[in-house]
Amino acid sequence: MTIEKVHPPIAEDTTGLGAPGHLGVRRRPPWLSVTLRASVPALLLAAWWYGSASGVLAPDVLAGPGAVLGALGELAETGQLADYLLASARRALLGVLVGGGLGLLLGVLSGLSALGEELVDPTMQMKRAVPFLALSPLFISWFGVGESFKVVLIAVATAGPMYAYCYLGVRGVDRKVVEAARGFGLRGPRLALGVIIPSALPNILMALRISMAVSLTALIAAEQIGATEGIGYLVTLAQQYYRNDYMVLCVVIYAVLGLVIDLAVRGVERLAMPWRVR
Amino acid sequence: MSDLAVRIRGLVKAFDGRRVLDGVDLDIRRGEFFVLLGPSGTGKTTLLRVLAGLERPDAGTVLVPDRRTTVYQEPRLVQSRRVLPNVTLGLPRAAREDGRRALAEVGLAGRERAWPATLSGGEAQRVALARALVRDPQLLLLDEPFAALDALTRLQMQQLVAELCARHRPAVVLVTHDVDEAVRLADRVAVLRDGVFAEDRAIDLPRPRDLDDPAFTEHRRAFLTRLGVVSH
Repeated sequence: MTIEKVHPPIAEDTTGLGAPGHLGVRRRPPWLSVTLRASVPALLLAAWWYGSASGVLAPDVLAGPGAVLGALGELAETGQLADYLLASARRALLGVLVGGGLGLLLGVLSGLSALGEELVDPTMQMKRAVPFLALSPLFISWFGVGESFKVVLIAVATAGPMYAYCYLGVRGVDRKVVEAARGFGLRGPRLALGVIIPSALPNILMALRISMAVSLTALIAAEQIGATEGIGYLVTLAQQYYRNDYMVLCVVIYAVLGLVIDLAVRGVERLAMPWRVR
Repeated sequence: MSDLAVRIRGLVKAFDGRRVLDGVDLDIRRGEFFVLLGPSGTGKTTLLRVLAGLERPDAGTVLVPDRRTTVYQEPRLVQSRRVLPNVTLGLPRAAREDGRRALAEVGLAGRERAWPATLSGGEAQRVALARALVRDPQLLLLDEPFAALDALTRLQMQQLVAELCARHRPAVVLVTHDVDEAVRLADRVAVLRDGVFAEDRAIDLPRPRDLDDPAFTEHRRAFLTRLGVVSH
């Protein structure tokens, strides 16, 4: 039996052809990702170390890692470091709780209802345009220079970004899903808590991250006046006594705090949004 | 209790002055499978959205039963809830068993704890179907529910819907532009043109329906002609 060739023989010449380029997302091993993430900070640290050790960086321009570690040890020994961190953390947390809570509530409200948007949004946009530092003198005249002034300043500073991002998040929720949920009888708080807010959670957590960062800025302003402890106070101290090692230590503390906040919120994201397919 | 599931008289709905629905009259009996057939832009989906309560009519009366549910072209699942809570969305906790049963009915037993993002298009649409069925609707509204599915999944889903509707007997309004789908599933097929029904025809073929049945072919040809796709 013979096999009839129906098709003409295929030409061997494949000039101009090639495997298709990969256009999808490349999966990278986690160890590589972690190493790359850590590499740039590590490089900066090494450069700092080398610069100080070789004398290129004068100690009164940028204190070396040894001096900064010494300052850290000094503070830790007297127990001041822990006291300062705790005092600042308490102020920041209270401020974020009050300001962020209010921002969240108003943002969700104006995102959810047209009436809420009309009543709340113009005022919040105006408020957002006012730098919170400009309110500092006014708050001092109202509250004095005690704890309440500090908490209020942080609260006011964090309410703005919290509001803006929550509003955007709620507005960005898929209207079609909301419409379907309404069709299945979900109304009012059940609709907001069960469907809309979980869907807006990525934005809400981003708002939290930004609010915490803003609270660090607000701490410096708040603790410049009428404070005897706190990391903002530490900045003031370093400036007054012209201690370069303390100035650099403050920078390092802020950097570490930023990292800790970031990791904490990432952890919350992982726990609070298990439906995100990674 | 009335024998009717839907009564519409003189329904008018306009968008930007264009009367998409211009005095529609329609009665659908309980348990009847009614299909709205036609190309997009003829007001099919608008009519369905009026029945679902998603659009307000500009004029006319629209009467529908209390228990009505909708399946859309997209599954519209809440991404932050697992499959079973999506099915029982808005229902009391006691409905969980019903939800499980509905999932089993659509062939998804065992997937109760899956996240919507992990489902295939066909599976997600079956969850949407279970979510509609678990409420034991008197009126089931289907807005091109198979349009986004691949051809094979679509055939399976049509089969599934036919079986489920034969078992639960809700009145159904299905919006589609697929003539075969319409003739396969419907007790009655209507075509909208210029805001009113240009055709309203009963399909009295035995079930399950055979696409090769000459009578089936005849219906298909008649609708295609009516829709201006083939000429005589």
